Amino acid sequence: MSAIDTSASGFLKETTRYPTVIAGAILLGIILLIAFLTPLLSNTDPSYIDAARRAQPASASHWFGTDMLGRDLYTRVLYGAQVSLIVGFAVAVLSTIGGLAIGLMSGFVKAIDAVVMRFMDGLMSIPAILLAVALMSISKGSVTNVIIAITIAEIPRTARLVRGTVLSLREQPYVEAAVAGGTRLPTIIFKHILPNTLAPLIVQATYVCASAMISESILSFIGAGVPPVIPSWGNIMAEGRALWLVKPFIIFYPAVFLSITVLAINLLGDGLRDMLDPRNAQRTTSR
Amino acid sequence: MYAYILRRILATIPVMLIVAFIVFSLLYLTPGDPAAVIAGEHATAEDIARIRANLGLNDPFLLRFGTWIASIMQFDLGTSLLTNMPVSQMIGQRIEPTLSLMLPTLILAVCIAVPLGVIAAWRAGTKVDHFITVFAVLGFSVPVFVVGYALVWSFSLKLGWLPVQGYAPIGQGVSRWFQHLVLPCLTLSSAYIALITRITRTAVLEVLQQDYIRTAEAKGVGRHAILFVHALKNASVPIITVIGIGVALLIGGAVVTESVFAIPGLGRLTMESILRRDYPVIQAIVLLFSISYVLVNLLIDIAYTFVDPRIRY
Repeated sequence: MSAIDTSASGFLKETTRYPTVIAGAILLGIILLIAFLTPLLSNTDPSYIDAARRAQPASASHWFGTDMLGRDLYTRVLYGAQVSLIVGFAVAVLSTIGGLAIGLMSGFVKAIDAVVMRFMDGLMSIPAILLAVALMSISKGSVTNVIIAITIAEIPRTARLVRGTVLSLREQPYVEAAVAGGTRLPTIIFKHILPNTLAPLIVQATYVCASAMISESILSFIGAGVPPVIPSWGNIMAEGRALWLVKPFIIFYPAVFLSITVLAINLLGDGLRDMLDPRNAQRTTSR
Repeated sequence: MYAYILRRILATIPVMLIVAFIVFSLLYLTPGDPAAVIAGEHATAEDIARIRANLGLNDPFLLRFGTWIASIMQFDLGTSLLTNMPVSQMIGQRIEPTLSLMLPTLILAVCIAVPLGVIAAWRAGTKVDHFITVFAVLGFSVPVFVVGYALVWSFSLKLGWLPVQGYAPIGQGVSRWFQHLVLPCLTLSSAYIALITRITRTAVLEVLQQDYIRTAEAKGVGRHAILFVHALKNASVPIITVIGIGVALLIGGAVVTESVFAIPGLGRLTMESILRRDYPVIQAIVLLFSISYVLVNLLIDIAYTFVDPRIRY
């Protein structure tokens, strides 16, 4: 296993062999910068209504034009980045924690496994976006509720992944040795099992993040997402729908930003998957 | 083999019951009074009481679940809060457009994605492979409605080849029906094609490294026979698995595609019901789609025995 260098400089050197990681990271970095620097990049209020300038095409004062209420699209799209990133990262983190807890428990306690995994199978049989739609239709529209709804829909996949990894790790001689040597269960979990589930978990978290952003935009687009007052990309597109045959640009800008952000995270995830896969590490070093 | 198929069918029943239980209990998982949330901000006490009664919120939980399951068995999916129509009737009116959208998409996607994946695996590392891989990553990253609007913008608005929106029932002529479905099907298939292509490429690539492929090459088996008979057949288990799992993508995507193209199907009904907060309809659609998803994956499980005779559990 010497193929994987875990030091920071080694990690960076390793990264250069995977251009998709770099491309994804740079793209994501740009979007993150936009989200953090939004107040600097635009000093307009995203909800300021200029009724005299409705649905205007791009101009010097409105770089992306204005929407049907005369609000500045450029500013709204920039603010939309915050919503998407918050939802994406929050769901990724929460579903990883939840999935890890459930997966570890099912992997170690047979009694829990039988019940919990049947329940997870049931949850997984409900298409994720529909589960989120159903949850959102009976709760108040808010960013927090969107995050909770998407997290519930995403947890089973992560739990399943962790459980599978735990079950195969438990059979490993070093874990059996630790058990035979009388190591306590928490130590086995935190010292021997957890570090080895991290690589697939990180990759899974990037995919969950990308899928959560798409889910958020779909929920907002069909009216089951964040409240319309919040400029999320899905909301901007939903509002642009009425005018889209004559003013397609209102949908165009948030669509491009959303696609680029999701693409960046998927590239990062694909690259990390190849990078963290020990089989690939051995293949590249043996050349 | 028949014993295996029977076992799989029987094993599906508890899964369906669990799905039904989850769909049923969603209403009680959310904090606060669901009847008040559904009724909205301007509701009167009578409105809330009416919704409580319609949803059966006044009875004990397990009793409600029991009566709910019993009525579903008789195809009674409840009544709409808004139109007072039976939900099963509302769904029945909307099911044709959705099936017209999803079935051709499924077939189209498999016919495009599997060959693409095989070619990418065969040409691994070349420009063709990179091109297909980039296409697959893009297809997975660009949300369904973005694909839809881009297609309508180019093929309907700019080129004027196809209708912008709407749906024509198959009963009013196959050609009109087909024209209205070309763009929605392409839209809906994008992510699904990307998913199947990726898995096909990985699975075939793995098989191509096996010894028996080298043996086949050595004894002079033709390239097409190697790829499509030896490689694809042995790689087919993960591929048909993902075809089944990906149906979830199709279901979610159909909701969006139908709203982009104004197709009056179940997805559009979902959206209308969200806007009207008509929960019994949403609940029934979620249940219907989930049960269909379970059944599709049951068919996939059964299909395993045909492509891989070793599978017996």
